[in-house]
Formats: sequence, structure tokens, C-alpha cells
Amino acid sequence: MDAKRELLDLLLSNARESATDLARQTGLDEAEVEALIEELESDGVVRGYKAVVDWDRVDEEHVQAEVELNVELDRETGYEEIARRITKFPQVSSLRLVSGNYDFAVDVEGKSMHDVSNFVSEQIAPIPEVTQTVTHFVMETYKERGIEFGDRDGDDRLSVSP
Amino acid sequence: MKLSDRVERVPPSGIRRFFELAEEKEEVISLGVGEPDFSAPWAARTAAIDSLERGRTSYTANRGRRDLRESIAAHVRRYDLEYDPDEEIIVTTGASEAVDVAMRAFVDPGDRVAVPQPSYISYVPGVIFAGGDPLAVPTRAENDFALTYDDLRAAGAEAADALVLCYPNNPTGATMSRSELSEVAEFVREHDLTVLSDEIYAALTYGGEHASIATLPGMRERTVVFNGFSKAFAMTGLRLGYALGPAEAISAMNRIHQYAMLSAPTTAQFAALEALRSCEDEVREMRRQYDRRRRFVLSRFAEMGLECFEAKGAFYAFPECGGDDERFAEELLREQNVAAVPGSVFGAGGEGHLRISYATGMNDLKEAMNRIEAFVRG
Ligand SMILES: Cc1ncc(COP(=O)(O)O)c(C=O)c1O
Repeated sequence: MDAKRELLDLLLSNARESATDLARQTGLDEAEVEALIEELESDGVVRGYKAVVDWDRVDEEHVQAEVELNVELDRETGYEEIARRITKFPQVSSLRLVSGNYDFAVDVEGKSMHDVSNFVSEQIAPIPEVTQTVTHFVMETYKERGIEFGDRDGDDRLSVSP
Repeated sequence: MKLSDRVERVPPSGIRRFFELAEEKEEVISLGVGEPDFSAPWAARTAAIDSLERGRTSYTANRGRRDLRESIAAHVRRYDLEYDPDEEIIVTTGASEAVDVAMRAFVDPGDRVAVPQPSYISYVPGVIFAGGDPLAVPTRAENDFALTYDDLRAAGAEAADALVLCYPNNPTGATMSRSELSEVAEFVREHDLTVLSDEIYAALTYGGEHASIATLPGMRERTVVFNGFSKAFAMTGLRLGYALGPAEAISAMNRIHQYAMLSAPTTAQFAALEALRSCEDEVREMRRQYDRRRRFVLSRFAEMGLECFEAKGAFYAFPECGGDDERFAEELLREQNVAAVPGSVFGAGGEGHLRISYATGMNDLKEAMNRIEAFVRG
């Protein structure tokens, strides 16, 4: 693995790793690490760093839904244009064009089910190209971006062994 | 009850004492663990479950399932080891059983077995239980704990009948290149020794290829190689290993194994079969993570001024702590809640060192290194 790819790998598993610790783990020096990360950022490879949150453990209402979206394209409007319009809503946390029975998979977040369904029916469904929406509310999250949400398995190894 | 002299001759291991000390304390970060912190690859675990669901709960052939022996034969070709699955491979209950059975198969009462040290703690007792006499061969920090021709000569190993090798090494993390092994092979040929080569950490070699002494000229016919699933595949609790050797040697080992063990655990054999079939990526990923941690601990030791050679294998580093390593380890545990095993536990040449296992998550490793630094500077 080249150095940049190795750094990307390390950031994928822990984006909060300091440049010092990244240097210690890769054998690069700190300045090199900082320069390579800057490149990853300016090339748009790394688009941001955000916490993975288990909302069940935050003392406030938070609702997530996955929305399937079907659209009809015409001569003037393509996927790109529809996507551009939808990404602008702050309620939309992710938007992907997918293969299969529907066109877009949209993740929507809000403070209540009412909030989310209102948003879908008032902001998404009326878009002229949208022909159908199916909303799936998230009931339980088990794993998010590679991180398991269950209680952590303890380390049951002997504390000292040969 | 009367205990046998053989048992009386083997003192309790120094590991045990440290285990008890560490268990007395809470909030200990342990760098004293000799097994992976990962779990076995999920596919291997589901293969084991699936075999149970299908009721595959009987004994297997003494030497292990034939399909597993075939997979092992294909697997070890990456180290240029060519062994016939019918005649030259035996599946055992961990490499531990393979070591024990080999001692009993190749050592007669009074035979001398050269054991380079520091090394894994089972070899000396294994020799003694077989009625043999262990001959310690200290290796040296200035050679990065690789075994040399001179080490063998200095210890009088020409009088030995057999030689144990363990590279990549537990506890030092030392590896040996092909050319370093050639020196040892020369000594072995000159003095007609049998070689018992424990290569259980072969897959955990960083920045180079593992070399097996059995691939050197004139060595195959006098060498038995041990390997297993515990380390590379993080399958310690499944208890599965194997030995490779000339037909005559494996047949002799099987003669003991068939009475002592009948066959290695069946469920584990199914897990191992799947591990070899589909878990290469997981092994690579574990190795990648160990390698990062290895570089991390080595740079931390350099920063805090603890001398430490660049260990390139297994998941151990072996820094110098100077003087009385037992005391150092005890005080480190008492004052900073970090457990590490004193080097002298692993025999001659280990004094003044600590075995640091980096089979521990990065967060704990960082904290442990900060504590060691505070201890060293305090
Ligand atoms: C060098 C060495 N050989 C053999 C073993 C035992 O392995 P197994 O689990 O296959 O019995 C260990 C385990 O710590 C080891 O470090």
C-alpha cells in the first residue's frame, strides 16, 4: 500500500488519529503525514470527518428514515439535476442513485416521525419528476459505517499468557 | 500421591506468577497477552457452527480430515514447503500437541535437545517430559536475537541430538532471513541434528517473507515444521495446529497422537478448512493492523529512550529495561497498572528485557505507552 492509501485506511478506521500517532504507525514523519492529508482533502478524496452517533443514547428525539424515490426523466431534466435539488435540503443526510426497483435512496433525518413524513410529502413528493416515494422509518440501528452498536464484547482473554 | 520425577523437574512457569499479580489489580492494561485480540474470522466461525448443525461431531482420521490436509499442503506452498497430505502432514490439537508429540517421538531418555533462548516456554518442559535433557542456547541482543553458528558452538550444541527453532520468535519478535538460517543449517548438518522448527508466527512477518529452515539444502529430511491456526487466523481457543515432516517422522508422531489424542477437534477442523478457503483477506487485514501497532510501539520506545531492536515478526517487541527485569515488571504493574512479562521468564538471554505484546487495541496501546513513559521518566 502506498503511503497515501495507508493514511486513508487509518483515517477510515479512526478519523481523530493525530498526525503524531499517524506518523508513529506508518513510519512517515509528521510533516509528511500532514502534507498527504492535506492532499487527500484538497483532491476531494476526504470530504469530511463526522462522528458516528448512536441516537438511542442521546436524550432527545431523533428519527431517521430511508426513502425510496422513483423519478421520471424528460429531455430537460436528468438525474443530476434532480439530485442537486434534493441534496440542498438539510433534512437529507445522504442521497444515492441506485440500481434496482427505484432510482434514489434518500436518508432523511428529523425530530419526529411527523417531521419526516411532512418533509417527504411537502418537499420531496411534489417535485415534478418524482413519481413515487416509499418511506421506511428506522426502528433500530445495529451497525453504522462499520461500527457495531450492540454492547461491546468484553476481552475475555487471560490477562497474562505465554 | 507420588508424583513422577519428570513432573518434579519442571518448575511452575514464571508467566503464572505474573498472571496472578495482574489479576489482583483492576484497570490493568495488559501487554502480557500471548494471543490475538481479534476473534476468528466470521466465515470460519460460521463453518464451525454449520458443521455442528449438520451433526458432524464424530472423530476424524487420526491425522485429520484429508481435505484439510490437502488445504494445508496447498497453503504452505507459499513458504516453498512441499508436503504430501497423505504421508507428511498431521493435524494436531494446537501446535502445542505437535511440539509435545514430536519431543516424545524423537527424544530418548538422556538425549540432549538444544533450545535457543529466550523462547516460548513449552520447549524445555516438553524435552523434560520426554526424558531428554534441555541444553539452553542463549541468543544475543546484539544479533537482534537471531540464532548464530557461534551461539550454537558457545553453548556446546554439537553434543545435542536435536535443535528447537522458533522464528518468528515468541518472546522477542525476532525473525531470521534465509542467509541467517543457512549458518544454522550448516551447524545442523555438521553435527547431524534433528530440527524441530516452530513456525506458528510465519504469517505474521512484516516487511519481508518468512523463510523456513526446512527449505534449505539437506534440511527437509531432518526437519519437522510446526504451524497452526492460533496466531495467523486468531483461532487460539479452537485448538488446531499441524506438523509437516518426512513420512517416517510424521508416522512416528502419529503413533503417539493416535493413542494420546485420537484426532484433533472435529469442529475446529471444519473452521480451519473454511479459514484456509476464504479468510486470506482477514489474515492480511490483521497483519496490517499488527504492523501499524508494531511501528507505533517501536517509535514510542525510541521516544522514551528504551533501547529496542526492530522486531519484524509475531506480535511482540522486546525492549531493554536494564538490570532486574522481574522487578521492573512488578513495579510497572504496581505503579502504572501496565502488565508486561519479564524477559527472563523465557530463559537465558532474556534478562534485562520485557516482552511487550501488541496484540491489543490501539487505544489501550497508546495509553499503556504513555504510562510506561511516565514510569521510565518518573
Ligand atoms: C511459539 C509458539 N508456539 C506454539 C504456541 C502454541 O500454539 P497452539 O495454540 O497452536 O497450541 C504458541 C502460543 O503462544 C507460541 O507462541
